[in-house]
Amino acid sequence: MTKDSVFGMSVSAIQTMLRERSVSSVELTETFLERIAATNESLNAVITVCAEQALEQAQKADAAISRGEYQSLTGIPILHKDIFCTQGVRTTCGSKMLEDFVPAYDATVVTKMKAQGAIMLGKCNMDEFAMGSSNETSYFGTVKNPWNLDCVPGGSSGGSAAAVAAGMAPLVTGTDTGGSIRQPASLCGLTGLKPTYGRVSRLGIIAFASSLDQAGPIAHTAEDCAIALSAMSGIDPGDSTSADIPVPDFHSALNTQIDGLRIGLPREYFNESLDDAVRDRVMAALAELEKAGAILVDIDLPHSHYAIATYYVIAPAEASANLARYDGVRFGYRCKTASDLEDLYLRSRSEGFGEEVQRRILVGTYALSAGFYDAYFNKAQQVRRVITDDFHRAFEQVDIIAGPSAPGVAFPFGAKQVDPVAMYMEDIYTLAVNLAGLPGLSAPAGFIDGMPVGIQLIGKPFDEQIILNTAHRLQTDTDFHMARPTLQGLTS
Amino acid sequence: MSWEIVMGLEVHLQLATQSKIFSGSSTQFGAAPNQQADAVDLGMPGMLPVLNEEAVRYAVKFGLSIGARIGKRSVFDRKNYFYPDLPKGYQVSQFFSPIVCEGVFDVPLEDGSLYPIRITRAHLEEDAGKSVHDIFNHETGIDLNRAGTPLLEIVTEPDFRSAEQAVAYLKALHSLVTYLGISDGNMAEGSMRCDINISLREKGSRELGTRTEIKNVNSFRFVERAIHCEYERQADILDTGGRITQETRLFDAEQNTTRSMRSKEVANDYRYFPEPDLLPIVIDESYIDTVRQSLPELPAAKRARFVAEYDLTEYDTNLLVPNHGVADYFEAVAKSSGAPKLAANWILGDLSAALNRSELSIDANPISAERLAGLVSRISDGTLSSKLAKQVFEALWNEEGDTDEIIAARGLKQVSDSGALEAMVDEVIANNPDQVAQYIAADEAKRKKLSGFFVGQIMKASKGQANPQMLNELLLKKLEDQS
Repeated sequence: MTKDSVFGMSVSAIQTMLRERSVSSVELTETFLERIAATNESLNAVITVCAEQALEQAQKADAAISRGEYQSLTGIPILHKDIFCTQGVRTTCGSKMLEDFVPAYDATVVTKMKAQGAIMLGKCNMDEFAMGSSNETSYFGTVKNPWNLDCVPGGSSGGSAAAVAAGMAPLVTGTDTGGSIRQPASLCGLTGLKPTYGRVSRLGIIAFASSLDQAGPIAHTAEDCAIALSAMSGIDPGDSTSADIPVPDFHSALNTQIDGLRIGLPREYFNESLDDAVRDRVMAALAELEKAGAILVDIDLPHSHYAIATYYVIAPAEASANLARYDGVRFGYRCKTASDLEDLYLRSRSEGFGEEVQRRILVGTYALSAGFYDAYFNKAQQVRRVITDDFHRAFEQVDIIAGPSAPGVAFPFGAKQVDPVAMYMEDIYTLAVNLAGLPGLSAPAGFIDGMPVGIQLIGKPFDEQIILNTAHRLQTDTDFHMARPTLQGLTS
Repeated sequence: MSWEIVMGLEVHLQLATQSKIFSGSSTQFGAAPNQQADAVDLGMPGMLPVLNEEAVRYAVKFGLSIGARIGKRSVFDRKNYFYPDLPKGYQVSQFFSPIVCEGVFDVPLEDGSLYPIRITRAHLEEDAGKSVHDIFNHETGIDLNRAGTPLLEIVTEPDFRSAEQAVAYLKALHSLVTYLGISDGNMAEGSMRCDINISLREKGSRELGTRTEIKNVNSFRFVERAIHCEYERQADILDTGGRITQETRLFDAEQNTTRSMRSKEVANDYRYFPEPDLLPIVIDESYIDTVRQSLPELPAAKRARFVAEYDLTEYDTNLLVPNHGVADYFEAVAKSSGAPKLAANWILGDLSAALNRSELSIDANPISAERLAGLVSRISDGTLSSKLAKQVFEALWNEEGDTDEIIAARGLKQVSDSGALEAMVDEVIANNPDQVAQYIAADEAKRKKLSGFFVGQIMKASKGQANPQMLNELLLKKLEDQS
């Protein structure tokens, strides 16, 4: 094997090599660590690298392989978004507030993937507290899109997506509160899956909006996402909102049989405000699925246009409480020489949180305030129910729903930073899926001027299998997911 | 002006679960600071609450015991405010849909009557930690051992019209929750803390006046004093034409006064909203039935039964029943001795006094129920006079053995043998002819007085062991024979 040949390889291809003993986990780990070392200075996708720990784990994986013991991720190097708490490894959540925070515990997802033999190379950059769609709100600096270093990778799991696209790891974890897995996957030419709310434990994941947050994988292929999803999923007694629903082996159940599959196309997604080029690529991908036997059906999600307003009441409201614990008292950033308690709170939070985080805390606090609760939070909860009902009604007619993942391709740095609402529009096609708690996947659907475009597939609750199968079929018939950026212009 | 006081109470009751309401940490009181606080209690990033089912069961037990409606679907909410001993920046409580809804609690008053108090609601929530201001120089310490301890906040309607009623309610509540075993009710350790909402209005008026809230009063005595202080303060203001400011006040026991803590105008907006990390608590009929079947006999039922079964007075039952330990102890002594009234007298008399003197609770009582029953039996079968019984009681208290052992060791047996008594009487009469003559000459009233001389002589001769009743009868008869 040449070293470069593993960069951009899928998890399943690397698994084959490990099993054939054509590469060891230690070799893989060293190679990916070198890749991170070589590219991260330019891309800034990774905040913390844990080389020593990774090599130790890789040695154990090799020992297990030599005994013929394989778990689903044995020996596979991965990166975690820096929102997953990792025991003994600092976990920043992209914030100055947690710049030096070293958890004493692993998130359940981290524990599970470790138990499946995964090797943790390090922690990925992200928008601060997962609030952002461009990775520009990170305290640790912007992440560059490997397809065009002048553009954003999307967010908030921007570091995670950029890392896979740049070949730093074949598989990463992300979290998705309003599109934070699917949008960066779309902008970086990857496959990203947000599972059904409750499928994956939230324990140890730093909370943004508890009723919307869900962790999932980003990888090159739907097949890799299937492998990762089984490893990450399952009821957790430590998370009361995790679902007591059996976790199938998504990978072994994976197939390409979509004959007769009814795919709903919401009129509200394919209306006149959809970018023509995006529409072309998404429709072309759908045409491929149609050729494979799927039936395209126009459907209505009549309350879609309320999704952004609803989301931007509920998510900030929950966040305003979730982020109250960062008060400078027990952990995290504390301002210098506070004069009194109020000063300690005010300055620790003003200095420790970035602008977007402060904006959302203020919005959320306002929405919950006496006299506004009914008009904002309560109303938003009601609309959330209506939006969810739209989906359930649509699923009476169709098996899955398809649409764009994002309104366009990756945009240049700063392009949407001035106007927060323009940035919020990045998630216009993904937010409703979180509000309804449904599984959603973004898969590569082609390119516009050399930049990747994604198609979004939305499934019924806990039916991740069908959207994985559909994406897998698409990836059997097309090769958009095989394209890799050239990384021209890297400083090293 | 004559003012009527109107009060409602909020009691924060710590539930006696082994672990905290949302974490696995122990709830034991008195550990070294922060030794019983885990990552959940500290509000560490990524930590999530998991509801302790035992706390739910305790709340339902309480609700059923006062005949309250149980919320079939109760929801936790976040109550948002910043304070250093509130780790998450919000307290998980129940605001919109509490687990215990409206009910009525009949409070026994001292005169034996029942005074019904309407319970508005009772909801589950987590306790906060403690700020420690007096240990570190210019710095505040935070102890999170208490953070996350389950609380049941019990809220009443404004049904109280006197401090005595409020205290009677708290005592009855204390009795109820200890009977239920859902709280140790230890006020000194903060297991039961009381907020008092007080307003005054003209006698006969139906409208409520502006109220103040006195926070965290932690003993029955302080509740009574705080109410009296606050009544005086408000009455003084109203008498001089002033207006009451709605505010939170603290009772200062040393100054015997209440002082303003914060005014409601600048009070927190708690921004309650449903806690997304926890599912609603759904309670069905079968769960309620199971809990109902697990309820022990409650104080009200026990009072009624004691009156019926043991023929006790209401006064005695009201003293015996409130403390579960005392009631059980009484019942054991009553059953074992077969003399319930005598048992009640000894428990409420000498035993209570001895326990009080030594500042012991009934659980630390050195005299087992079996031993006290032994004493009561020996009194009721005539073996011991009440005078001897007091000696035996002292010996029992000092753990010198059981009643019969003490009687034997000290030779305290009452002489009830009529032959022996007769001999003693004869001897005293024979030895004191002058007194006998006086007696015979005396009238009815004087005779009574004079007979005491003979009794005293015989008691002296018998070392106090003569059965006084038999002795009296015998003596009177013999003296009669002389005349």
